Amino acid sequence: MQNINEMRLDFPAIPENEGFARMVISAFLVPLNPTIEEMADVKTAVSEAVTNAIVHGYAHAQGTVRLHASCREDGLVIVDISDKGCGIADIDRARQPFYTTAEGEERSGMGFTVMESFMDRVEVQSAVGHGTTVRLAKQLNVREDSFARRA
Amino acid sequence: MLDYERTRQTLTVRLSEDLDHSAASRLRPELDALLKDPSIRRLVLDLKQLRFMDSSGIGLIIGRYKLLERRGGSVAVINADARVDRIFEMSGLYQIVDRMA
Repeated sequence: MQNINEMRLDFPAIPENEGFARMVISAFLVPLNPTIEEMADVKTAVSEAVTNAIVHGYAHAQGTVRLHASCREDGLVIVDISDKGCGIADIDRARQPFYTTAEGEERSGMGFTVMESFMDRVEVQSAVGHGTTVRLAKQLNVREDSFARRA
Repeated sequence: MLDYERTRQTLTVRLSEDLDHSAASRLRPELDALLKDPSIRRLVLDLKQLRFMDSSGIGLIIGRYKLLERRGGSVAVINADARVDRIFEMSGLYQIVDRMA
């Protein structure tokens, strides 16, 4: 199925851009007329993935985070959050609740758990020394006034 | 600037806007400056004005819990919406932090 809309955004890995990424993904979803619930689910998951890229991927060093989002006419939304940071050595372990490598920073280790709980699918691709891409997918209900109906 | 209120041993802080990693980093030193006062035994976080929270909020709350627990104190949250409540539930936060109605 073809994408009916798509966007790509690169931004520096600074904490101030966590809120910016949430605003951008919200604005991208608006034409699909999602419920408040669906909107908040995607926003929260994106916030977690972007924070991971900044805190873990680049460990507060300089770098670029890429946010790529697409949606299909059936309401499937896919968001990729990528960094070219340190990568994750053990992805299964990183996805475990309460697991964190940033001990001194009061991280809860719940980022992936939150993503999994609010999205339908969470896929992680990572190579140590090269970076990480987190793919978040969610099926939105296509309602009457959704842009997907008219596309 | 923190919106807070002090009554005897209780410090009530009203959090607003977005509680993400960026906000948590700013809030942490402000909260800890207030909590330096050893007579504070209870921290109540009022989340009524909170618009957004992700797991960074959990890290912040657990950190303050550890601080207060060392002096025999406690932490409570009040006015969490359904979504924040869900994040608290999945992280087991309510096992250590009181949920006030």
